[in-house]
Amino acid sequence: MTDVSLNPQADAGDAAYESQFGDYIALLKPRVMSLVVFTAFVGLVAAPVPVHPFIAFCAVLFIAVGGGASGALNMWYDSDIDAVMKRTVGRPIPSGRVGRDEALALGLTLSGFSCVMLALAANIFAGLFLAFTIFFYAVVYTMWLKRWTPQNIVIGGAAGAFPPMIGWAVATGGVSIESVLMFLLVFMWTPPHFWALALFMKEDYRDAGVPMLTVTHGRKSTRKHILAYTVLLAPIALFTGVTSIGGPIYMAVAVVLNGLFLKGAFQIWRRDEAAAEADAYKVERSFFKLSLYYTALHFAAILAEALLKPYELGGW
Amino acid sequence: MPLAHEHDLHRRRLSRNLGLGGVLLALVFLIFGMTFVKVTAQNVQFPETVPGVQKAAPVAATSGN
Repeated sequence: MTDVSLNPQADAGDAAYESQFGDYIALLKPRVMSLVVFTAFVGLVAAPVPVHPFIAFCAVLFIAVGGGASGALNMWYDSDIDAVMKRTVGRPIPSGRVGRDEALALGLTLSGFSCVMLALAANIFAGLFLAFTIFFYAVVYTMWLKRWTPQNIVIGGAAGAFPPMIGWAVATGGVSIESVLMFLLVFMWTPPHFWALALFMKEDYRDAGVPMLTVTHGRKSTRKHILAYTVLLAPIALFTGVTSIGGPIYMAVAVVLNGLFLKGAFQIWRRDEAAAEADAYKVERSFFKLSLYYTALHFAAILAEALLKPYELGGW
Repeated sequence: MPLAHEHDLHRRRLSRNLGLGGVLLALVFLIFGMTFVKVTAQNVQFPETVPGVQKAAPVAATSGN
């Protein structure tokens, strides 16, 4: 009765599109959420303090909801540029499936809910850390830096790099060198990953007016930046291997992946636009594809070391 | 004749309402589960605090003399 009377469209018998449950789930960026869930889980399992499995499940769920909330806030604020870019035009707001106000309400509600619940499930530090991460992604990255500086990807990447630190904080209640290294692994990986994408999706960012490095500094400079960040990333990935979360499995994975990643970045740096256009950005595309495996396999190796440790097979 | 008229809105919002119902049920289960785990964890930790209390008592008695 109340929902009918409060909805003038429905009273008028208008058969306009009604937002479905899946549309609200799409607002939470489920694909990004999967990376958040995985890295947060690895951070939690790799920590030296055991956590009850149910609490661990709840903590990872609340971290995922927090990540989803920041995704909804991002879609609320960026709906104008999402409508311009080919890659994002099908998102719930630009496609008219969910209203902007609804996205804002969902984002704010889930932000508060996830932080409070994480603080109750684990500890206050983890809850505050999640709140900071949501603030960093929604305000510092989305509202401030994304449209202002070509280094947007670098700084915005920090938000995506916090989940393993939050997972670690759930278990330990603090920060340590290992959690900082897991953060740096994702943080330094993000720029080459996105800049490789920007090299072969160039029209999208240009049309939206987002100051992507390819637009502001040119493609040659972007190629240099990809190589520089990949060179800086390799020692971080290898150093992680000699800490308490590393071990022979991780080290083998890190050596192979960083070797391939460096090789790809070097090839990107050596190429010019004519060569890239001639083979439809084959090298850039394969580097981007490799970058998807890069983080997944590094974190899978950290997870393997942690899971094998009780059997004296993981770690050094 | 049905007591309540089924408006078209109810059909259009079915997936949304079912989804929300599922989320609320899951929330109840999560809060119940977390409470259970935390309460039982406290029970497990309880005996460890007893020796600390027992240790403190003789110190207080000695300083009283």
